[in-house]
Amino acid sequence: MSAQTTRAGWEYAPVSPFPVLRIRRSVLLLLVVLAGTAFASSLMIGAVSIPPGEVLRVLLGGQASKDTWQTIILTFRLPKAITALFAGAALSVAGLQMQTLFRNPLADPFVLGVSSGASLGVALVVLGGTSVSASVFGRTAFLGEVGLVGAASLGAAAVFAVVLAIARRVQSAVTLLVLGLMVSYLTSAVVSVLIYFSLPEQVSAYINWTFGSFGGVTWQQMRAFAPALLVGLLAAWITVKPLNALLLGENYARSMGVNVRAVRWWVAASASLLAGVVTAFCGPIGFIGIAVPHLCRALFVSSDHRILMPTSVLLGGSLALIFDLISQMPGTQYALPLNVVTSAVGAPIVLWIVARRQSFGRI
Amino acid sequence: MITEWQAAEHVVHELGRNSRHAETDGHVFGNALHAAVAVYAKDLTTGYRQGARVRVVHRRLELALPRGKLTALLGPNGAGKSTLMRTLAGLQPALAGTVWVDGTPLRALSLQAIARKLAVVLTDRVDVGYVTAYALAALGRYPYTRWDGQLTPEDEQIVQEAMRLAGCSELAGRMVVELSDGERQRVMIARALAQQTPIIFLDEPTAFLDLPRRVEVMHLLRSLAHQTKRALLISTHDLELALRFADLLWLMGSDGTFVAGTPTELLQRGELLRVFAAEGEEVQRYLKEVHHRWLAEGSGA
Repeated sequence: MSAQTTRAGWEYAPVSPFPVLRIRRSVLLLLVVLAGTAFASSLMIGAVSIPPGEVLRVLLGGQASKDTWQTIILTFRLPKAITALFAGAALSVAGLQMQTLFRNPLADPFVLGVSSGASLGVALVVLGGTSVSASVFGRTAFLGEVGLVGAASLGAAAVFAVVLAIARRVQSAVTLLVLGLMVSYLTSAVVSVLIYFSLPEQVSAYINWTFGSFGGVTWQQMRAFAPALLVGLLAAWITVKPLNALLLGENYARSMGVNVRAVRWWVAASASLLAGVVTAFCGPIGFIGIAVPHLCRALFVSSDHRILMPTSVLLGGSLALIFDLISQMPGTQYALPLNVVTSAVGAPIVLWIVARRQSFGRI
Repeated sequence: MITEWQAAEHVVHELGRNSRHAETDGHVFGNALHAAVAVYAKDLTTGYRQGARVRVVHRRLELALPRGKLTALLGPNGAGKSTLMRTLAGLQPALAGTVWVDGTPLRALSLQAIARKLAVVLTDRVDVGYVTAYALAALGRYPYTRWDGQLTPEDEQIVQEAMRLAGCSELAGRMVVELSDGERQRVMIARALAQQTPIIFLDEPTAFLDLPRRVEVMHLLRSLAHQTKRALLISTHDLELALRFADLLWLMGSDGTFVAGTPTELLQRGELLRVFAAEGEEVQRYLKEVHHRWLAEGSGA
C-alpha cells in the first residue's frame, strides 16, 4: 500500500472516515440535566421531609410555612448541595490532571498523598498558633477562612512538589503509588502527634472529619470555598491543551512547543488548590478523584482533555451529590459517613479500571 | 560566526561532489542556500555537560541537511546518533558551534518557533488510552491551534491530507492502542506531517517493524521527502535499506568519525568499511560482502 494508491483511493471516497473530535452538545446537555437533577434532589430529600413546593418557594426567596423548614433549607441543605457540587468537580478535575501528568491511571489527590498534605498543612498552622487545638477539626474561625484555604493549598502543594520531584526520577507507576502511600503515613503520623495533645472532643471531631462531609461548610466559609475552587477550576481549564500533548509523553510534548516544566508547575498549583481546599473543608474524600475521570473516558470514549475536563466537572459534581444523598440514607434515621459511600462505590470502579487495562501505564 | 556565503560554499562543496545533487553551480547566495539546505551546522560539538564535567561525543562537526531528500544517519549504538539528532532538534544544547534550522540559528528560536520548523518521530512508546488515530495525528496541529487546542476546519483538512500522504486515512477512526506497530508508525508520521514543518527527524522509524513494513515505511519516507520537499533525517540500523532508499548517508563511527555523502559515493570511497573498522571480524566480512554487492549492482545499473 503506497501513499499514491491510498491517495487516489480516497479521492472518490463518498463518506468522510474521519471521526468528530469535538464534544457533542447533547452529551453536555445530558450531564447538565443530571447535575441539575442531583442538585434538586439533594435540596428536596433529607432526614426531615419537606414538600417540594415549599423548597421551591424558599429558594425563590419566599417564606416556608414552617420556620424550621426555612432554616433547614437555607442554612443546611443549600450550602451542602453547593459544597458537594464544587467538591466533586474539584476532586475529579484534580484527579484527571494528575493521571495525565504522572501517566498513572490510579493517580488522584487522595492516593498520592496530596490530600494528606492539605490536612497536615492546616494542622501545622493550627499547632503553631496560640492554641494547640482549634480549627481543622473544630472549624472555629480561628485562622479565618482565607488562612485555611492558604494552609491547605500550601500543604497539598508541598506534597505535590515532593511527589513530582521523585516521580521524575522513578518511572515506575507502582513506585509512585507506594510513594503516595508513604507520604500519607508520614503526614498522618504528624497529625497523630497533634491529636495526641488535643482534647477528647477535638479528637472525636477529627475522627468525624476523616469520615468526610459536605455539610460542614457555612455560608461564611462558602465565601472562601467557592471562589478558591472556581479559581482552581479555571486554572485547570487552561491546561487542557498541554495535557493533551502530554498524552504522548514529555519528549513529544516538548517537540510540539510545550514548556513542560511550566505546565508541570501550573498543573501542580491548580490541582493543589483544588485538592487542598476540598480537603480542608470536607475532609479527605477518596475515590471520586480516581473514578470520575475514568468513567468519563469510558462513557465518552476519549482521552481528549477538552472533552474530559467539562464532563469530569459535571459528572464529578453529580456523583458527589448522589453519594451524599446515599450517605443520608433517606427514609431512615441514620446516616453513613460520606467516605463509606465513596469507598463502597469507588473501590469496585477502581478494581474495574485495573482489570480492564492490563497495562498500568495507559491513561 | 560564519557568513551565509561560507555556509553556501560548504554546501556546494559537500553536495556538489556527487552528480545526483550537483544542481548548484557554485554561485549560491542567500536564497539559493536557503532553498537547498534545511539544517546546517558549523563547528558543532555535541555531548553532555553535568556541572563541571563535560563529555564530548562529537567535535567540530560540519553538516548540511538538504531539503527534498531522505538522509539516513547510520552508525553503531553509542556512536552518538541520538545525541546529534537531539542537538539538531534543539532538545539538548550544543556544547559549541551553531545550528541553523531553516535559516535561523537554533538558539534564537523559542520552543514554539522550533515546533513550527521541525517535527520529530521518536522511539518513545505512545501509550494512550482512548485516542483515535485521527486525534493523534491532529495533535500535530498543536503549534498552530488556539489556547484550548480547538481545530479549525482548515486544521482538520491539513490533518486529513497528512493522513492521506502517510497512507493511513483508513485508520482514522481506530483507537491507537489497537493499531499494529507499522500502522502506528504511519500515524506518527502523519502527525509529524500535520505539524507542517520543513524538517522532520525520525529516530529509528523502522525499529519495531517486520521486514515488509520496514520497506514500506522507508519507501514512504523517501517519497514524502521528494514529494513534499521536506528535509527528512532518519537514524537507522538498517544498512541495506538505507543504502537502497536514502538519498544521502551520514556515517558515524564509534571513534567519533563522521562522513556524509550519497550511498554510491561512500561505497566507492570505501567509507563504509572505514567507519566500521573497529568492529569484529564477522562484521567486517559482512560489510565487505555488502560493499562488493552494492558496488557491483551500482556499476551494473
